[in-house]
Amino acid sequence: MNSLYYQKKLSRNVGDKFFTSLSVFCALIAILPLIFVVTYILIKGGAQITPELFTLEPNPPGDDLDAGGINPALIGTLVITTIASIIAIPVGVGGGIYLAEYSNGGPFSKFIRFGVNVLAGVPSIIAGVFIYALIVSTKILFGSMYSGFAGGMALSILMLPTVIKTTDEGLKLVPNELRYASLGIGASMYTTILKITLPTAFRSIATGVVLGIARAAGETAPLIFTALFSYYYIVGFEDLFYEMGSLAVLIYNFALEPYDAQNKLAWAASFILVISILTVNIFSRIFAAFTEKTKRV
Amino acid sequence: MIKNTKKSQKKNILSLEDVSISYGTFEAVKNVFLNFKAGDITSLIGPSGCGKSTVLRALNRMNDLIPNCSLKGTVLFDGTNIYDKRVDPVEVRRRIGMVFQQPNPFPKSIYENIAFGARINGFTGDMDELVESSLRKAAVWSECKDKLNDSGYSLSGGQQQRLCIARTIAIEPEIILMDEPCSALDPISTLKIEETMHELKKNYTIIIVTHNMQQALRVSDMTAFFNAVEYEDGDGGKVGYLAEFDSTKKIFNSPKEKTTQEYISGKFG
Repeated sequence: MNSLYYQKKLSRNVGDKFFTSLSVFCALIAILPLIFVVTYILIKGGAQITPELFTLEPNPPGDDLDAGGINPALIGTLVITTIASIIAIPVGVGGGIYLAEYSNGGPFSKFIRFGVNVLAGVPSIIAGVFIYALIVSTKILFGSMYSGFAGGMALSILMLPTVIKTTDEGLKLVPNELRYASLGIGASMYTTILKITLPTAFRSIATGVVLGIARAAGETAPLIFTALFSYYYIVGFEDLFYEMGSLAVLIYNFALEPYDAQNKLAWAASFILVISILTVNIFSRIFAAFTEKTKRV
Repeated sequence: MIKNTKKSQKKNILSLEDVSISYGTFEAVKNVFLNFKAGDITSLIGPSGCGKSTVLRALNRMNDLIPNCSLKGTVLFDGTNIYDKRVDPVEVRRRIGMVFQQPNPFPKSIYENIAFGARINGFTGDMDELVESSLRKAAVWSECKDKLNDSGYSLSGGQQQRLCIARTIAIEPEIILMDEPCSALDPISTLKIEETMHELKKNYTIIIVTHNMQQALRVSDMTAFFNAVEYEDGDGGKVGYLAEFDSTKKIFNSPKEKTTQEYISGKFG
């Protein structure tokens, strides 16, 4: 008879220990890049943060004394992402509503779901090239070529699949009983969706939308083809139709410069980009937890 | 075909004429003739899979929401076939309300749960008064009156179900359909809901599906017993049919059909 006590030397226990340690080790290695990247950027970039950074235009490279600030790129990123959101959120939420609420699983909805999945896997540079061919090279937008508007459209293509998918999945999580309850007291389909289903799924949809925005804000490739870059302040509405700077492209441009001042500016911009994306992510989680609490008193 | 033998002055409010309902190619229930009298509580009983819930959902076109579900025959309500192409199902559901098996309050406050339906139905009167009277009629006012702004989920299961009944009453339907309203509840809540139903009978026609024969006996005036038989071609599938429809007393004391007798005495089902 074997003893009931735990025996370290038993081969199954040795094997068990080994695989547990192996998986812990792999998990640690997986998280290492994140930790290193974030700390490196925080240290290198954090040192460059000054008040002028947020207010000045960047100086042209070559002037090695002072690189200036990143105000145009910061505002540009905000403007471009806002344009992208204005396009992608209504279309994406609307498409998600169609998939989850109205479609009956026929070939058309299958085709859309498949298309959305393919779109989600399309490399971001393709979205840039597409908008370049459609808008930039044709000068279709009031004769303007590279523009903040074109940049926003390119990013909206990248946001769309995330928004459609999270809306679709968020709505599918709403129990059917709630829909029946609403329809059972004589609500029309659209009242039910607007007043019952959407508010119930609001939390998951909002989280998905925020994550989509955060992803789009950090994209570089699509902007190189569409918004290009600008050194100058954004002062008015017309500037939407001219080249527009953004944090991501500023990092790309200035990190490649041979001058130290520009490199430092790129570090500072990386710092701000990483911090804002982290903030948005954390904010969306806090927001999710907060609405969760208020919903189920 | 079984005819309603009860002599009564009450008028038919809802009639099924040769109704068959299918899910895709699978026939769930066939050739049902049934007359519901205004002001009665009618219960639909029968073993699982006999199609009684399907029939109930057909009465306010809730089956429209289930893909592939189709209906043959006519369902006459107020002189109109509600399956006529010109009929708006939303309007049907406003006049024939439904209470479901699981309590399903909206994720809103208790007050809003009631007000929502009334508002979308164009109610313009005193909302506070309507909320109070609906909750009173559903016998849940005393539990709710101090927390009208709390979420509907803060109530217990039985209270939630009475809130759902109040919500249905608030739109002032002519008929209230109840699909096993007590199956998720404890005996005390069940008793309360049955009391509520007796109260509601004064103003509404109620049709209830129940698995609980004692409940059918306690609350209903008329009882329809549904049964299921295997298909004639014998591939194992079952189709439901209306076996017997009579006053509750007759069904439970002297049923005409042998299967009814066997079912109510607990030999199958």
